[in-house]
Amino acid sequence: MKFVWFNLMPWPDLPDDFRETNRSVWVDIDSKLFDPERANGLYHEYMDQLEFADEMGFDGIGVNEHHQNGYGIMPSPNIIAAGLARRTSNAAICVIGNSIALYNPPIRVAEEFAMLDVISGGRLVAGFPVGTPMDTNFCYGQIPALTRDKYDEAHELIMRAWAEDEPFAFDGKYNQLRYVNCWPKPIQKPHPPIYIPGGGSIETWDFCLEHDYNYSYLSFNGHKAGQVLLDGYWERVAELDKDESPGRASFAQIICVADTDEQAEELYAEHILYFFNRCLHVHPGFADPPGYRTVKTIKAGKLGGLRKENQEMFKTLTWKDLVEGGFVIAGGPDTVREQLEQMIKDLRIGTVFGLFHMGDMPDWKTRFSTQLFAEKVMPALKNIWPELETDDRWWCHPIEDRVRPEYTIESARAMATGVDPASLHQITADQSAADHGPEGVI
Amino acid sequence: MATLERIRVTTRRGIEGDAFVGGSGPDLVFFHGAGGVTADDPLLTQLADSFTVHAPVWPGFGPDETETSVEDMLDFTLHGWDLVDAFARQDLPIVVGHSMGAMIAAEMASVARNDLAKLVLLTPAGMWIDAEPTPDLFAMLPFEMAEVLFHDPVLGEKLMTGGADFTDNDALTTFMVANARRMGTAGKILFPIPNRRLSKRIHRIGVPTLVVGGASDGLVPPVYIDLWRDSVAGSSTHMIEAAGHMLHLEQPAATATAILNFLSP
Repeated sequence: MKFVWFNLMPWPDLPDDFRETNRSVWVDIDSKLFDPERANGLYHEYMDQLEFADEMGFDGIGVNEHHQNGYGIMPSPNIIAAGLARRTSNAAICVIGNSIALYNPPIRVAEEFAMLDVISGGRLVAGFPVGTPMDTNFCYGQIPALTRDKYDEAHELIMRAWAEDEPFAFDGKYNQLRYVNCWPKPIQKPHPPIYIPGGGSIETWDFCLEHDYNYSYLSFNGHKAGQVLLDGYWERVAELDKDESPGRASFAQIICVADTDEQAEELYAEHILYFFNRCLHVHPGFADPPGYRTVKTIKAGKLGGLRKENQEMFKTLTWKDLVEGGFVIAGGPDTVREQLEQMIKDLRIGTVFGLFHMGDMPDWKTRFSTQLFAEKVMPALKNIWPELETDDRWWCHPIEDRVRPEYTIESARAMATGVDPASLHQITADQSAADHGPEGVI
Repeated sequence: MATLERIRVTTRRGIEGDAFVGGSGPDLVFFHGAGGVTADDPLLTQLADSFTVHAPVWPGFGPDETETSVEDMLDFTLHGWDLVDAFARQDLPIVVGHSMGAMIAAEMASVARNDLAKLVLLTPAGMWIDAEPTPDLFAMLPFEMAEVLFHDPVLGEKLMTGGADFTDNDALTTFMVANARRMGTAGKILFPIPNRRLSKRIHRIGVPTLVVGGASDGLVPPVYIDLWRDSVAGSSTHMIEAAGHMLHLEQPAATATAILNFLSP
């Protein structure tokens, strides 16, 4: 079972009357709300938290890509991931992901992901989202009805660029390249594990199953709402006669741990409500431009969000609604452990993307929750799926003798101050194996 | 008033689709906009009194799932000419287009400048003025559209939906599926900004051209009609009062009169 500590990197200073004074938190958000000097501290706080999660023993640390978005100040997750690759050496670097239809040419993603995989010593988990309509269509101007087609071509190009040993010509509809010659190449062969964030279209399920990619259901509606969708996914797995490895699926869940259930509400409620009330205030017209979704998906989907009266839904949610509705798993360690175990089994997932920092949560609360989780919840859930012990298709494979920058940086500093670096850390094969397990899988 | 009937048409490329055809007189090909076209279109039935009207249905707008055949401006332009060729005709046709259809018609007249007799552009899409950005139809909710598209939004809502009730989930789903196919296809030439650089080719239009605007058009406001007039050499304009973007539905008689006056010898 893999636990990824995920940070969306929200803007924490949206005003109290944000809903009333802004049409949307995304796409056309008032850019005057962004304060670059405030963000200087914020980026470092958020990256420190991700590094803290590595120290706490999380299997992975996760970043993603959003544009012009009040709950995500991370248009380029690769920049954050590069910083993390340099400051950590244990956790997988989960970039979930790069919207590959947005890069011209998408060979850029092949190159940058390869760089991240090489710098991190093979710790990259690579996400290839189609991208939300907000990001892909409205911020980056891609034509809705052609987005999926462009995505498919970008995927083909990237995978070939990683696989081929000789330069090749690529005559695509959206990309014509005479000399594709990816340099550098990733450490992980044939490629890093691929995670596909999706929202429930059958096309995405089939795409994941065809290639043995992880299907990552990333929503903020929690596990109870997610059950229907994951049930549909597992039905599709059976229909296509694929094995039912839990590694085929992952799920994002907001998690808040305190000493007691009461304390959880006391500590975290206001920040979670900030997220639901302000950060999810998206103009519905940006959520579903005609042509983005297939007809099949529209027929299967719920369209309530497009109705006038339902646009205000999140406004009236209370902490009780959020907890009882499964939007948030919150409470003391026992409560969280029990609910999470049930969730993991019910959804049949091999990876949890845990959302610990939400909304305007201050650093100390984020770390408090994270540490309690790491010490009192995670250990009991690590071995829920014994079959994953031997199924290594879904996670990264770091090299054992990778550079561990936190040590090399330390020894460089020591040399500058006259200390014998040999006295600081001796990284032996034994120690490496002890840190990462005998097969080098983290 | 003449009636139109639905026929099947197949282009030289092998793309099949519906068209509404009727009336008598010289050939007039009508290209509909992103809202689609119906057999009882009040403008077309009036034009059919004086012309043989051919109104093809664009891919994505009818029951045929042919929308992958058109992906960019050249695809639409040549599909337009293939449709013209598919309608048996003796003389050079009159080409009339509305909104997106007018954008395509203007492209057709730029590319094959000698293959038509006259051109009528009704509230044409296809131009962009930085200082006068037009509303983003693709980010609009169903209940917001009538306000932008009609002089009288209450009447407009009824005309657009055929009286369907959007508070009913099934009606909304039906609308959303049809809208996704129609507007998804239209988005290939209209999204995110309805400008595919016609301004580089528009000087080639050489046939008599009428540009018709709606005085209350919220999507292609009158300032755009002026730009079209200035861009197409020798063109004339006519504004329809108490009409928005969907002037063919809102003021069909006045629109028909403007067209007939221009086309009469």
